[in-house]
Amino acid sequence: MLVRFWGTRGSIPVAMTSAEVQRKLVAAVVAAAGRGLDTAGKARAFVENELEFSISHTFGGNSSCVELETAGPDYVLCDLGSGARAFGNGVLATRGPSGHRFHVFMSHPHWDHIMGFPFFMPAYLPGNHVTIYGCHDTLEEAFRRQNAAPSFPVDFSRMGARIEFVRLEPERDHDIAGLRVRAKRQRHGGDSYGYRIEQAGKVVVYSTDSEHKQDDPEEVKGFVEFFRDADLVIFDAQYSLADAVSVKEDWGHSSNVVGVEMCQLARARRLCLYHHEPIFDDERIARLLAETRRLEEITRTDHRVEVWAAYDGLEIAL
Amino acid sequence: MELVSKRYADAVALFPAGRLDHATAEGFKVALQPHLARCTAGGDRVVLDLAGVEYISSVGLRVLMLASKQAKAQGGALAVAELQPVVREIFEISRFNLVLEVFPTLREALAKLSPAALAAFEAA
Repeated sequence: MLVRFWGTRGSIPVAMTSAEVQRKLVAAVVAAAGRGLDTAGKARAFVENELEFSISHTFGGNSSCVELETAGPDYVLCDLGSGARAFGNGVLATRGPSGHRFHVFMSHPHWDHIMGFPFFMPAYLPGNHVTIYGCHDTLEEAFRRQNAAPSFPVDFSRMGARIEFVRLEPERDHDIAGLRVRAKRQRHGGDSYGYRIEQAGKVVVYSTDSEHKQDDPEEVKGFVEFFRDADLVIFDAQYSLADAVSVKEDWGHSSNVVGVEMCQLARARRLCLYHHEPIFDDERIARLLAETRRLEEITRTDHRVEVWAAYDGLEIAL
Repeated sequence: MELVSKRYADAVALFPAGRLDHATAEGFKVALQPHLARCTAGGDRVVLDLAGVEYISSVGLRVLMLASKQAKAQGGALAVAELQPVVREIFEISRFNLVLEVFPTLREALAKLSPAALAAFEAA
């Protein structure tokens, strides 16, 4: 299974500012001084191999959308944030306009998780088939409403693809598109649902927009089991722990610290920090990643958890 | 959890030990409660000396946050001090160093909270 991130930002999409682009350029030019980078090839190798990630890349600004490339022929996504636009365009550009089958697991219908759908071009083209799965009874209403006047000029009814909504029952296994899928209710305004998705012995947990208050041992135990032995846990780490238990308590998000602890307890193989705080620039997220790796290191017992920070375009092969 | 305490005039230093994690946090919270009840405006200042704490998890940190909130709501003063290097790093990564009063030493914490407590500490 290959996990590909199309949108990794929390709450609202963001774009790099001119000042941030300039900062990266200045840092790159200074680092390249005296290196004799007089061809595109040399410059590219330098950028790819020697510059820090926060200078040579960006974590990106699209909101939540993750693709799971499975052994099957269908496309599988988690959430339809603004990252779904680039994903849909990519499908059309590389595979043609129709005949595609999409399965989408929705964490919840908050705006940043559905806002990519009006710009998801395959949904407008006859011959495509989109099934949107979720545990909220308001899911279809939320999608139809955002594609309706006065919010959007093209009504949902004018989307040409076959689009259906399937309500999933949480806490039980479902067989969908060759995957075993289990949803779990999470603490978030209006509830959200995490998904444990398994295929051929590989396990991905998609757990975003989830607050872990840590005040109920049974709840902690439930999430540890949900994460148990996962190859990858995609985890909402929008806030610092201090913020999550003080000024931002009950805002529905979690922290890198809790992500590390839960993955250690669950003996998960990889933790991927996700749903990044929109005010964080690339340097800040890179620092967060370094700190989280350090935390994992100093608190490790007999099990190592590999720590990643999601960025738009990241691929993790399981 | 047994919580060793030492009084310095109008301040009380508490000395938790070991790991403050899922297994011990609730006991720590219960042991803290009588001291917090007296941490009021004009009451006891409380310093948590963490020199004996080798690890603190998010659950342990949450107990500190709740204690701090309670102390503030009562008009009291609570601080932490003497963090071991690993615990200090956990404070920094979790940003708890920004929301709690953290001091390098017990002496410095007492000096900030109460001149009488500092005098008692120096005399001890």
